[in-house]
Amino acid sequence: MADAPKIPDEAETRARWGDFAWTEENARKAKEVLSRYPENRKQSASIPLLDLAQRQVGADTQTQGWLPVPVIEYVARQIEVPYMRVYEVATFYTMFNMAPVGKYHVQVCGTTPCLLGGSDDVMAACKNKGLSKGHTTPDGLFTLTEVECLGACANAPMVQINDDNFEDLDYDRTTAILEALAEGKAVTPGSQTGRRDSCAIGGPTNLKEMVDDNHDYRGEWAS
Amino acid sequence: MPLVKVDGVEVEVPAGATVLQACEIAGKEIPRFCYHERLSIAGNCRMCLVEVKPGPPKPQASCALPAADKQEIFTNTPMVKNAREGVMEFLLINHPLDCPICDQGGECDLQDQSLAYGRGHSRYDENKRAVTEKYMGPIVKTVMTRCIQCTRCIRFAEEVAGVEEIGAIGRGEDMQITSYLEGAVTSELSGNVVDLCPVGALTSKPYAFEARPWELKKTLTIDVMDAVGTNIRLDSRGRQVLRALPVINEDVNEEWASDKTRHAVDGLVRRRLDKPYVRKDGKLVPASWDEAFVKIAAVDFEGSVAAIHGDLVDCETMFAAKALVQACGGSLLEGRQTGMDYDTSSLAAVNFNTTIAGTENADVILLVGSNVRWEAPLVNTRIRKAIKKGAKVFAIGPETELTYKVEWLGDDLALLGSLPEAVTEAFGKAARPMVIVGGGALKGGQGASLALVETLGLIKDGWNGYNVLHFSAARNGGLMLGYAQTGGIADVVAAKPKLAFFLGADEVDFAAFADTFKVYIGHHGDKGAAAADVVLPGASYAEKSGTYVNLEGRVQRGERAVFPPGDAREDWTILRALSGVMGKTLPFDTLEELRADMALDQPLLAELGLAKLEWALPKLDAKAEGVLNGYPIKDFYLTNAICRASPTMQRCSSEIVHGQDYAEAAE
Repeated sequence: MADAPKIPDEAETRARWGDFAWTEENARKAKEVLSRYPENRKQSASIPLLDLAQRQVGADTQTQGWLPVPVIEYVARQIEVPYMRVYEVATFYTMFNMAPVGKYHVQVCGTTPCLLGGSDDVMAACKNKGLSKGHTTPDGLFTLTEVECLGACANAPMVQINDDNFEDLDYDRTTAILEALAEGKAVTPGSQTGRRDSCAIGGPTNLKEMVDDNHDYRGEWAS
Repeated sequence: MPLVKVDGVEVEVPAGATVLQACEIAGKEIPRFCYHERLSIAGNCRMCLVEVKPGPPKPQASCALPAADKQEIFTNTPMVKNAREGVMEFLLINHPLDCPICDQGGECDLQDQSLAYGRGHSRYDENKRAVTEKYMGPIVKTVMTRCIQCTRCIRFAEEVAGVEEIGAIGRGEDMQITSYLEGAVTSELSGNVVDLCPVGALTSKPYAFEARPWELKKTLTIDVMDAVGTNIRLDSRGRQVLRALPVINEDVNEEWASDKTRHAVDGLVRRRLDKPYVRKDGKLVPASWDEAFVKIAAVDFEGSVAAIHGDLVDCETMFAAKALVQACGGSLLEGRQTGMDYDTSSLAAVNFNTTIAGTENADVILLVGSNVRWEAPLVNTRIRKAIKKGAKVFAIGPETELTYKVEWLGDDLALLGSLPEAVTEAFGKAARPMVIVGGGALKGGQGASLALVETLGLIKDGWNGYNVLHFSAARNGGLMLGYAQTGGIADVVAAKPKLAFFLGADEVDFAAFADTFKVYIGHHGDKGAAAADVVLPGASYAEKSGTYVNLEGRVQRGERAVFPPGDAREDWTILRALSGVMGKTLPFDTLEELRADMALDQPLLAELGLAKLEWALPKLDAKAEGVLNGYPIKDFYLTNAICRASPTMQRCSSEIVHGQDYAEAAE
């Protein structure tokens, strides 16, 4: 837990976020979220509302947002659930940040397929750009987190930056992305080698006839 | 009724029973940590694994598996043994080896079960996980590294206490049990999580490092902190009671106890009266028993004698005092210290007739002037159970947090005469309706509430829905023994008695007794002793065998755990000795003789168990007036002399009721 984020001082947080309320647009979105669930099952809206709240905090602070305690309580009051129950949810999911993050939240996957694919190089690239695990860079741009599998194993190694995946990385490509972001240039999410989705590298190796149109293989089956 | 085979023995189990329950019916012990009969099933500790046929070829968690007909269950196969050893080894991976300094030592489920089902050694070589301590309030001490995450405390807080302030944060290995933002848990039942915790993660803060369970003498007795009559076990060493624990009694307290019951015991060794005092020149000075008795005998009372009992006294004391007052030619007996004057001509009309256990079955409940949560926390848990089964609760009185949803009707007692349509409609449809009248409404609302018996149809076949909720442990016993004047204590004041015995009575307005020679017989140096002319040191509930009648009229008897301090004596022996000096010798020399006489005087006290009160309605004016602007109990933790002397209760009061911050001592 040494690299766990430090949760900010409660009094300070309450002073800053105590009067949190939805913006007009988010109030409408929150209402839309609540309308998806029956009146006596408002608790189901915990996760979507927390996400909405985190995004609003992010918009307020020009970062990826986080969930200060008063904001969690605001959501809990809206769905009429004890504070503890919503707090549990917020701490359970790694997508909810319990401490402030930077403008770009870089989540490097370190689970087996990515590790074998070279996530160590990705991590080294981040490190050489001044990012360190669990911390935000002094310019407030990047926060680095090592995460477990984000489900893009076929395109390992990968990082998730904010809401986008960047795949098929190596040291140079990672550095390029981080530099582009730091300079405010546009970056293209997805595979960085030009591969489409998670198609096999070098073209299909089997079921080749299926590439152009539907093909009936049944006649070719060994009996 | 499914028929299952447990280790080859056929047993029939109730429909809906789990495999674990089936094994228990068959007499097989199944180890468990997270499963608890009174809480919902979590199924996360995996200790209760058994082999079940038909089923997948792997062990199954028996606590969460329904027993099915023709099922074969095995609890002693190699697969089960292996599974238990494996689970135990995993549980112990992160559990510290600090049993020698752990308060749970000797009564620890983990200790016992690792001895019985574990492997005896560990193969784990890595570093253990450590978790920081969490603050949970003045009652619960935490050592969270010991936690095995059974989540019993979370389920208790949510389901029984109704205070959702304990939860699990984080996930996986980093999951931690904590109170919300590590604040004090604001429940009057929080001490129960200490009993529920199968390991030493949650232990009792006031009892920390005090004793080992095997060196304590255990005495079964009855709690006097409220009128529920919680069955408790007092654990004592030498002359000191170190802790109070609930004893299972399904009819009364199930297996819970309020924090006041558990932790007021440290007040038993503080501010005690341990020698007689006599007032000389306006000051109380220590005296011998003889001096004190002679001083009382010298009062020229001419039959003008009164006895007023406090909230904590047993029936024996009250009976001995009554006998002495009558021997002196007096008849002024009263116990409602604060001036209540409700009609007591029918005992059933001031009784909790539905019974505590019966409350669970109610389908509509109307609370009248009662903050049940503070007046009887364990009745409140029963109401919560009724609500879980679908009951609806209305209440008349100032709004307060009762841990469940209540429809507040207002705080005007006149509402009793003109209940809103929603209420009458709900009661009209109800099969088991209940009205609970609290002390707040008995003054001014008794007649009107009794009229509800008729208008709301509270009496059904085998069901009596009219209840009065007392919160003084001595109340029902006192009423049975005739400690009630028509006009309440005002009648006693008006009669201007020359001599009055105050039996542990501390809440009386003593200024009204300025011309009375006041004898205080009690155990704590509280308001009563301060106002008295002679103080005779008596025994607290832990120091005497006593009979108590709880709010539902259940006669219960407790045993003596320790001896009274110093020169203090059991109250009835004081009265017996004093009667000799006064020349009015009482006709009993032993407790047995006293009890025999008491049974003759009040046959209801002859037998233990629920007293059979005859249901009769007194004719009272059904008009109700007045606005309830508060409940009788202002501070749950400081309701009597023992609590007020208890540092733990003082701290609970300032922290939980008055919201004062306490810095935790650096350890």
